[in-house]
Amino acid sequence: MRVNVTVNGEPRQADDVWEGESLLFLLRERLGLPGSKNACEQGECGSCTVYLDNTPVCSCLVAAGQVQDREVRTVEGLADGDRLDPVQEAFVEAGAVQCGFCTPGLVVAAHDLLDRVPQPSDPEIREALAGNLCRCTGYEKILDAVRLAATRKAAPRGSGAQESGSR
Amino acid sequence: MDFLRPDTLAEALALKAQRPDAVPIAGGTDVMVELNFDHRRPAALLDLTRIAELRSWDADGDNGDTVRIGACVPYTRIIEELGERLPGLAMASRTVGSPQIRNRGTVGGNLGAASPAGDTHPVLLAADATVEAASTRGTRLIPATDFYLGVKRNALEPDELITAVHVPATRAPQQFSKVGTRNAMVIAVCSFAVALHPAQNRVGAAVGSAAPTPRRASAAEEFLSAELTSTNQWESPKPLLDSVKRRFGDLVAEAASPIDDVRGSAAYRKHALSVLARRTLGWAWQDYSGKVA
Ligand SMILES: Cc1cc2nc3c(=O)[nH]c(=O)nc-3n(C[C@H](O)[C@H](O)[C@H](O)COP(=O)(O)OP(=O)(O)OC[C@H]3O[C@@H](n4cnc5c(N)ncnc54)[C@H](O)[C@@H]3O)c2cc1C
Ligand code: FES
Ligand code: FES
Repeated sequence: MRVNVTVNGEPRQADDVWEGESLLFLLRERLGLPGSKNACEQGECGSCTVYLDNTPVCSCLVAAGQVQDREVRTVEGLADGDRLDPVQEAFVEAGAVQCGFCTPGLVVAAHDLLDRVPQPSDPEIREALAGNLCRCTGYEKILDAVRLAATRKAAPRGSGAQESGSR
Repeated sequence: MDFLRPDTLAEALALKAQRPDAVPIAGGTDVMVELNFDHRRPAALLDLTRIAELRSWDADGDNGDTVRIGACVPYTRIIEELGERLPGLAMASRTVGSPQIRNRGTVGGNLGAASPAGDTHPVLLAADATVEAASTRGTRLIPATDFYLGVKRNALEPDELITAVHVPATRAPQQFSKVGTRNAMVIAVCSFAVALHPAQNRVGAAVGSAAPTPRRASAAEEFLSAELTSTNQWESPKPLLDSVKRRFGDLVAEAASPIDDVRGSAAYRKHALSVLARRTLGWAWQDYSGKVA
């Protein structure tokens, strides 16, 4: 079947999509977007997390046919050109990336959290990231990254003294 | 495999009548796991997520005293929008999977899957919910008590879809608890829901993950309802006697017929259920006493 979907702001079309395949497969294997990772295909790890109509979901659990006419935003769609999103930047700076396999999913989940709750408490961060596993167990650094991103977003680039030169 | 994409409920029912072998897919959090692991290869998938009628809820009944939740309303919305009116269902919804799973998973899907471990079932049973099922032949209401027939088997006919679940709105306390290895992403080892129905001088109680189907703990319900009513406690609640809580817990455990499996032994499940029952009753009763006082 054919699927028409908007991905990262661009209308995309895929042909010969198998009716039982997942959005994750569609993104990685047909649309050339390998950012979202495949680690469990059963919703347990969150490494395939993408926005579907602005809501974070496990793309391995969405049927490709279900995204017809909808909007998907993947980790590839968070940066503004060459400029990383503050959440991505914070993950790099806080050392929250080890092997990096869990990172795309965590970045999307954290991005959504900070959109909804700009200054989350630690329990709120833990709750929001409860669906994302890091096999390298870098959770403390990941929490640091989310706190850093929250601070950065509250004090926009250039307005804070500690801000300059961090990249 | 065919992928059927109806835009309206009428279309969906017509398709289901023509293709009773088509597997409905809502949030996909059960269906996609089966497809990804090749445990299931249906002849067709019937996507329900485009149907606006199934994605809304409203308060119906004469006084708006029952909430009708469309089958495809995800858990996240139940938590955010119905927490006040349906405390037990919202509580159970909060314990489902992870944020990503709650953003997608639905009560309709929980009912469709009819897993004995499904978290909404004990609450739907204790709160006197009704499942609305429809086909091109018409619509019928199935009390939750009659809905679960066996392990992953429910009362739907092959041409039927779940369209909604009707849950009485309440200000009276309800509680849900489940036992698992961590606080997220856990299939219940066992679970329990209690609902106070002061207007009817009655208590609802049900167990999950502790029998081939979720089921009500009828003897426990009857014992506690009689006890509270005969001592006039609905009007003037007093702290519950330890002996009453224990008897209630024992009767809840007796309602279960659990198995030994990887998640826990039958003996553990029975013990844990009696503890869950005592504790949740304690919380609910404290809450009720505060409200009446
Ligand atoms: C990682 C993970 C964690 C989970 N954790 C929990 C948990 O903690 N507690 C819990 O209870 N469940 C849990 N689940 C299971 C699942 O999320 C729930 O059962 C959920 O409610 C299913 O809803 P859905 O909309 O995704 O269903 P789907 O997968 O779309 O459908 C499930 C079943 O119901 C049928 N169906 C769906 N809608 C209808 C309808 N309207 N009419 C008729 N049949 C229908 C489908 O054909 C299918 O058989 C988990 C799943 C995953 C992957
Ligand atoms: S690959 Fe989707 S949750 Fe693990
Ligand atoms: S960095 Fe390796 S899995 Fe998280």
